[in-house]
Amino acid sequence: MDRSSNLLDEALGLDDYQTKSSSVASGRVVLIEDCVETSGAFVLHHLIKRSLTPHSSGIVIFVAFAQPFSHYDRVLRKMGCNLVVQRDNKRFLFFDMLTLECPDGDGGKTNEGGLLELYGKIHEAVEICALSEDNRNCITIMIDDISLMEVAANGSSNHVLDFLHYCYTLTTQFGCLLVSLNHEDIYSSMEGPTLILQMEYLADIMIKAEPLATGLATDVHGQLTILNQGISDGLGNSRNKLRNFHFKVKENSVDYFYPGTRG
Amino acid sequence: MLVHQETQGLFLVLYQVQYRLKMINLSVRDTEQEKDLRIAWQYKKYFGEHQQNFEYQRNGKPEYCNDFDLRKPLERHFLSGQCIDCISLQDSPNLATLNDRCSTFLAQLPRCDGNVMCAGRIAIQSFCAPQCEYSNMDWNMLSFIRSLKGMIRSSNAVAILTFPPSVVSSSFSKRLQHLADTLLSVRAIPDEDKELAKLLTGYQDMVGLLNLHKVARINTQVPVILEATTFSIKLLKRRSLVLECLNQAPVDASSGTSYATSGSCSGSSKTGTLDF
Repeated sequence: MDRSSNLLDEALGLDDYQTKSSSVASGRVVLIEDCVETSGAFVLHHLIKRSLTPHSSGIVIFVAFAQPFSHYDRVLRKMGCNLVVQRDNKRFLFFDMLTLECPDGDGGKTNEGGLLELYGKIHEAVEICALSEDNRNCITIMIDDISLMEVAANGSSNHVLDFLHYCYTLTTQFGCLLVSLNHEDIYSSMEGPTLILQMEYLADIMIKAEPLATGLATDVHGQLTILNQGISDGLGNSRNKLRNFHFKVKENSVDYFYPGTRG
Repeated sequence: MLVHQETQGLFLVLYQVQYRLKMINLSVRDTEQEKDLRIAWQYKKYFGEHQQNFEYQRNGKPEYCNDFDLRKPLERHFLSGQCIDCISLQDSPNLATLNDRCSTFLAQLPRCDGNVMCAGRIAIQSFCAPQCEYSNMDWNMLSFIRSLKGMIRSSNAVAILTFPPSVVSSSFSKRLQHLADTLLSVRAIPDEDKELAKLLTGYQDMVGLLNLHKVARINTQVPVILEATTFSIKLLKRRSLVLECLNQAPVDASSGTSYATSGSCSGSSKTGTLDF
């Protein structure tokens, strides 16, 4: 397994693979933003793999609105991570939400019903995982993706936001890491406090995947901008760290490099 | 309008293409241009380079791949159309009826391993156009497409959807574009544009341009970067439609009119007539 650190890991504070901090510091909220031209799904895959490294005892709770299990399994398998085995070992808990439909108010249930039920399941899973001392502080909740959760909630972004706030409480209560993906371009033409703005407010780390201004290229698939907020310098001060670099996505890994450093 | 064929899969007359992709989202300004659309993408080269992407059947587990040949010609007998079914939604109060029809149809085409002999196709034209009864029900439409996509993932079927982006909000359009696995756009080119006529060879014969924005990324995280994403659309004797690459590379400068050979999707020895 490739244990070398890369620019993404460094930006996320994961640069030391030898320590136990193979996942992003617990209790934080990570938001991945992408657009039609450039998908940010590879960052999710990377974080799944990091959370499930053999020498850690991390657990991933994955809420999938975008793809079936087989897709993630096949992608991660090429990266050297077998999700079927991890699922059998109860380290990868997969919630297939592809067909989740939150019922209308007519049926006596609110739109929130489906999401509340989902949160109940996540909460229960987190509680069970947290009972084991080994797993404490190593639970990662991932949501792929929030825009489809909105569709499932029939457009009620308030219910989605409520759901995210509930999940946010898990980050403080159980030290979970919350990672979610959303598409920024959906909201770029909207005015007012959009869902993505609220998510940015909640996030400690924002990862933005964008295309290059110069268009598509085979050597560079896009650029990542990472804003890591509230990093402690050990003296009681906190600061923000902004990183920007290019990437090229491959089947088994992703190359990260600074602009102009590729021949 | 939904058109489907009950036996040999599903085929829409507007698109004479065999797609191996799950959902095609095509924004259309001039529906006339859709006639006899024949798409010829330069996919063959990818088969040599990316053989390592293919997964073979191991331990009885299903094989899969993530490289698809969109140029593979569809044999005529698949198009003879024994049971093409057109349904109208004029009388249904909501999209549940359409959803049920799609569900019933796709239930006949469960995802199975091995050689696929039958593929379903669902084609929906101008879904969000003002004359569509549900055009003011954004979330219902998105919910339906999401549901359709979920059903398609578990069946041997493809859905092609067209929508006019100019009549929907930018936000809604982006949502649709994200839902699509493969995204194309078609636009007309203006008549008697002298500037454009100087730039484009064969301008007089062109009726429009086709842009390829996104290619499906199923079972892989690697984006497909094509050499060319813009094609000119020409009609030949009003009978066949030709796509020609505008941004031609010096070496591979052949026109995209026709391809005699066909690549197969999977690296498997079991090469089927239809790939899934």
